[in-house]
Amino acid sequence: MIPEELKKSLQQRVATAVTAREAAVDVMKELQSHYGWLTDEAVGEAAEILGLSTLQVDELATFYEMIYRRPVGKKVIHVCDSISCWCAGFERIMEHLRKKLGVVEGQTTADGMFTVIPCCCMGICGDSPAMTVGGNFYGSVTPEKLDEILEKERKN
Amino acid sequence: MELLLFKHNRPGRVCTFEEYRDGGGFSGLKKAIAMAPLEVQQVVMDSGLRGRGGAGFPTGKKWSFVPRDLPGPRWLICNCDEMEPGTYKDRALLEANPYSLIEGMTIACYALGVRHAFIFIRKGYETAAANLARGIEEAKKAGLLGERILGTDFSVDLDLHLSAGRYICGEETALINALEGKRPNPRVKPPFPAIKGLWNSPTVVNNVETLANVPEILANGAAWFKGLAKNPEGAGNKLFCVSGSVAKRVCVELPIGTTLREIIDVHCGGMRDGKKFKACIPGGASTQFLTADHLDVPMDFDTVAKVGSRLGSGGVIVFDESQCLVAATLNLITFFARESCGWCTPCREGLPFVKEILQRIEVGRGEERDLEIMREHIKYLNYSFCALAPGAMAPLDGLLRSFEDEVREHILKGKCPYKTEKQI
Ligand SMILES: Cc1cc2nc3c(=O)[nH]c(=O)nc-3n(C[C@H](O)[C@H](O)[C@H](O)COP(=O)(O)O)c2cc1C
Ligand code: SF4
Ligand code: FES
Repeated sequence: MIPEELKKSLQQRVATAVTAREAAVDVMKELQSHYGWLTDEAVGEAAEILGLSTLQVDELATFYEMIYRRPVGKKVIHVCDSISCWCAGFERIMEHLRKKLGVVEGQTTADGMFTVIPCCCMGICGDSPAMTVGGNFYGSVTPEKLDEILEKERKN
Repeated sequence: MELLLFKHNRPGRVCTFEEYRDGGGFSGLKKAIAMAPLEVQQVVMDSGLRGRGGAGFPTGKKWSFVPRDLPGPRWLICNCDEMEPGTYKDRALLEANPYSLIEGMTIACYALGVRHAFIFIRKGYETAAANLARGIEEAKKAGLLGERILGTDFSVDLDLHLSAGRYICGEETALINALEGKRPNPRVKPPFPAIKGLWNSPTVVNNVETLANVPEILANGAAWFKGLAKNPEGAGNKLFCVSGSVAKRVCVELPIGTTLREIIDVHCGGMRDGKKFKACIPGGASTQFLTADHLDVPMDFDTVAKVGSRLGSGGVIVFDESQCLVAATLNLITFFARESCGWCTPCREGLPFVKEILQRIEVGRGEERDLEIMREHIKYLNYSFCALAPGAMAPLDGLLRSFEDEVREHILKGKCPYKTEKQI
């Protein structure tokens, strides 16, 4: 169950939209940041707030890249695998991540800290290879830099 | 050269409202409001401004398709989805200055008779979104947005819609579905959005860069804008964002009609590590490869189309002699296959099929007849529901047109000629 306060703020968001479902992505994102991922319970709550069926919410939730319908670690690592990052050697970064964290794409580390997911171009092609950790951007990533990033992100 | 889009940029930070205003900002809006809406539209039409989102459709003409006599609302949507691989110009623009877009949208709303407009922003552009949110408040406070703009009875609401990541949301009809909170599959065209778009009312969808050009066009006139371009048919400046094998990867504003050679040699400091230029994709992932033969082609819509590619988004991705273009194309097709929205069969089934063939060729198990099969698919995929699948075929088409020998070499040698034994 979500706290009454969060529910109220979501209801307010819906009330200011032209039609309720226009706020669907905002509502899903808020619920996701509350639960860590979009749980079945969250889908039910989103449906109630938006006046949609759970199926209609799931239809949206499963479409978007950054809505997680499965449990993820405390922080999601998105590694861009699009063309500019390919040119800049994202494969090296991915390989390093796999070794370092002992996971393959889609998996969560044993300690529940990180989930590694490849993603589409993040619009930082000028600083490729690019990745985000828990929403923080990192560009021109090298294996050495990656070690530092993981260290830092693990702490805070 | 004269800057227009990056005119107000400050090194390392976003420009402030005061800096924008004192640097001549909002004079375009003031001028526009003193004119009749149709006159404003005519100026944009005369300026020769073409859409910077990829298709290059003339902006004034697009606006003119909106019926003015229908009852009910009209809408304007700014497309800031920018998920085309290799494209980062809208991010660069909005992280440096959100005000040109806000002013441009206000002018567009005036020309079109729109009361309520949206900016559709992709996931990951939170800094751009924050800049815009702040800019909107500042403009409102200064009486340049919101109720009764500059004391007239013209009012505009401007709202942000934050998305959650998916390439197809950039396609204008999918974007409209996304904004309505529906599953973002594209819609059938016609009816075009200009007739029946958001909530079934007339809607204009324009790219960030397109709209950000509008204030200066109004401030300085159509002839001035046309005169910025280097080639006689061109109009205005363009943001080129370069990535790949260049010494310096930059997003620069240059006159339309600048050559690739100048972009790479002068603005990117040449190739990375002194390597030799092999090919480039001129306008984001869904455009055909250009080769060294094309380095002196003026970068404008029609001139690039004439040599078989597209100016697209201006996202230039450069490849050097050490890179395998089969592998590069495989990466591109993999992107498109994953981003297919699954709505129609040619794209949903065809892209993974083509991807598999390329994969086989890359690992040395390709056959001569694969070339023919791929060529056929380039044709079939034109029958898909939206432009994603034909776009996906563009790099493959370019590969088979300009680098067939390289593909065949993979097949004949039974391995990728660019990989060392260890890599295989
Ligand atoms: C698959 C696909 C993705 C697209 N992505 C974008 C995008 O991210 N940004 C954009 O401005 N246009 C994108 N477009 C083009 C839009 O459909 C539309 O043509 C454009 O926003 C119109 O604006 P303009 O006339 O100012 O260029 C995309 C088109 C397709 C088919
Ligand atoms: S071409 Fe692809 S993206 Fe477009 S509607 Fe068909 S399946 Fe969806
Ligand atoms: S291709 Fe990786 S950020 Fe654009």
